[in-house]
Amino acid sequence: MSGFDHLTTRLETALGWGRKFSLFHYPFITACCGMEYMSTACAHFDIDRFGAGLTRFSPRQADLLLVVGTVTHKLAPVLRTVYDQMLEPKWVIAFGACTVSGGIYQNYAVVQGIDKIIPVDIYIPGCPPRPEMVLDGLLKLQDRIQHQKQDWRWARKP
Amino acid sequence: MGQETLIEAIRTTLGPAVEGVADSFGDTVLILRADAVRPALAALREPPFDYAVLLDLTCVDFAAAEGRFELVYHLYSMARNVRLRLKASVPSADPAVASLVGLWKNAEWLEREVFDMFGVRFDGHPYLRRLLTYEGFEGHPLRKSYPWRLEQPRIPLKDEA
Repeated sequence: MSGFDHLTTRLETALGWGRKFSLFHYPFITACCGMEYMSTACAHFDIDRFGAGLTRFSPRQADLLLVVGTVTHKLAPVLRTVYDQMLEPKWVIAFGACTVSGGIYQNYAVVQGIDKIIPVDIYIPGCPPRPEMVLDGLLKLQDRIQHQKQDWRWARKP
Repeated sequence: MGQETLIEAIRTTLGPAVEGVADSFGDTVLILRADAVRPALAALREPPFDYAVLLDLTCVDFAAAEGRFELVYHLYSMARNVRLRLKASVPSADPAVASLVGLWKNAEWLEREVFDMFGVRFDGHPYLRRLLTYEGFEGHPLRKSYPWRLEQPRIPLKDEA
C-alpha cells in the first residue's frame, strides 16, 4: 500500500484550515475602490487562487464582509444591518482609506472609519489600495483565521 | 435678438425687479429683487424670451454680507440657444424665497437641496424636506457658520455606546 493512509490533526486546526480557504465574501461597495475590488476579483489578480472567490450577494450566506468605499452617516445604519445579518463566524475587511479612517473626507457626512460602527479584522489602507495589497490583507486574514481560537458556541461559557 | 436688445426687452418687461445687469464670459447675469423672483422667472419662461429650461438652482453663503444668501438661477433657452443667470439675495434672518415648483418640475429637488444645505425656505414648495442628509440632521452643512469637522452620527457609535 503506497501513500499515507491516515493523518492526525487537531479539530481546531482542521476547522481553521477549512474556514480560511472557503471564505464567501459579501462586497459592500459604495465608491471608486470598487474598481480595485473588481480587478482583484477577476482573472488578472484572481482572488479565487486563495479560496475567497465565491461572491455571495446576500449577507446571510457570507462570512467575509468586504467594506469597499466611503461610508456616510446616512449609510451607516445599512452597513450595521448587513453586518448583523451575517452568521457567525464572520470577519470584516476595511478596504481603502475611506473605510479605515474616513480618508480624504473629514466632514459632516462621512463616518471616520467603519470601526466606529462594526468591528474590523483587517485594515487595507490606500486610495485605492493596489490589488496586491488586498491579496496581502487577505493572506493576513487567512493566517489569523488559521490560528483563531474557535468559538464553540455550544460549549457552556463559565 | 442681440444681447443689448435682449437686456433692454427684459428690463422693459420686468421693470423694477431688475436691480442690475452684469456679463459673465458672454452670458448675461441679472440681479433680481428677492420678492420678484417668481413673477420674473414666470415671465422669462414665456415668449419672446423662451427660457424654457431651469438648468440649475443653487446658493452661495456670503457670511459677512447684508443679503447673506445669494440664490443663483441658471436658465436656458432651447429656441435661441442662450443661457441666462439670475441672482437674488436674501437676508440671514429667516431666509425665504418663493418656490418655482409650479413653473419647473425639477425645481422640486433643486430647492430641497438648497434648503438642506443652506436652510433657505422656499414658500409654496409641496414638501420641503431634506434631500441629501437625513431626517434629524441639525443645522445646514454648507453654511459658513457650520463647524467644520462636526459629525452628526445617526446611530450610536461603538466607542460611545
